[in-house]
Amino acid sequence: MDITTLFPFGWQHYLLGGLVIGAGVALLYVFNGWIGGMSSVFSSSWSYLLRRGYFQQARYTDSRAWRLVYAAGVVLGALVWRLFFSDGSAQTTSVPAWQLLVGGFLVGYGARLGNGCTSGHGICGLGSLQLPSLGAVLTFMATAFMTANLMAWSLT
Amino acid sequence: MNPHTLTLPKAIVTLLAGALFGLGLAVSTMVQPDVVLGFLRFQDWGLMLVMGGAAGTAFVAYKLVPKLMQRPVLGDKFLTQPAHWNRDTVLGAALFGVGWGLSGVCPGPAIAALGTGNWDIVWALGGIVLGALVQGWRAPK
Repeated sequence: MDITTLFPFGWQHYLLGGLVIGAGVALLYVFNGWIGGMSSVFSSSWSYLLRRGYFQQARYTDSRAWRLVYAAGVVLGALVWRLFFSDGSAQTTSVPAWQLLVGGFLVGYGARLGNGCTSGHGICGLGSLQLPSLGAVLTFMATAFMTANLMAWSLT
Repeated sequence: MNPHTLTLPKAIVTLLAGALFGLGLAVSTMVQPDVVLGFLRFQDWGLMLVMGGAAGTAFVAYKLVPKLMQRPVLGDKFLTQPAHWNRDTVLGAALFGVGWGLSGVCPGPAIAALGTGNWDIVWALGGIVLGALVQGWRAPK
């Protein structure tokens, strides 16, 4: 199979971007000793506002400050890219708002119920060779493949 | 002492680590839902390189560094975060995948959209914030 069939937009920027993401995760670990999954911030930040027991668990209240700083860093890094590495115009998407909202809700609910997302299970979990994370990745890949193709098929 | 305590040096490193994460998401175009949906529809395999490159780098750090160093540069110990295989993990991952396949957005890119200025994605970010709220509200503990 031709490589342009697998990667019609090229492959270098994918690998480079992945290595840069990995460098961020590695930096957080080597300097601070922390595991940098991304979805926990959505539960830990609610602990500032809500007294409910789930949000007040030590794993959220202890780490909520650095998780917010980490998320702010993600915004900063994306902004740096926009200002210095792109043509500066705002990106748009063809995905309808309702799909973004409903999909986002399921992403938030599911990631927190399953204790991890594409970074928590996919990068940190696989990076530490954890079998439950491999199971989670295979599970969400399977349902995502089905959903995305079903949506594409239903619209044609 | 709480190993998660945020000192100023740790905060600077954390901000920098997050910035690399966000920069990598933008460089790899994972901040664009259309690219992610293209992967999920088997049109482009780039996401495998992104996840592979990131997980490979994390693997080197997680496995090698604790052998070379007694403790993190700024901390007392390397934390671990064991994943568990149970009903919640399976159900949560399955629901996450449905949402990901519907929107093309996952938590990192939803946050990064605030930096790239892709305001459409704020719909997804709002959805994630609400989803995490409802999950925690319904959780037994």
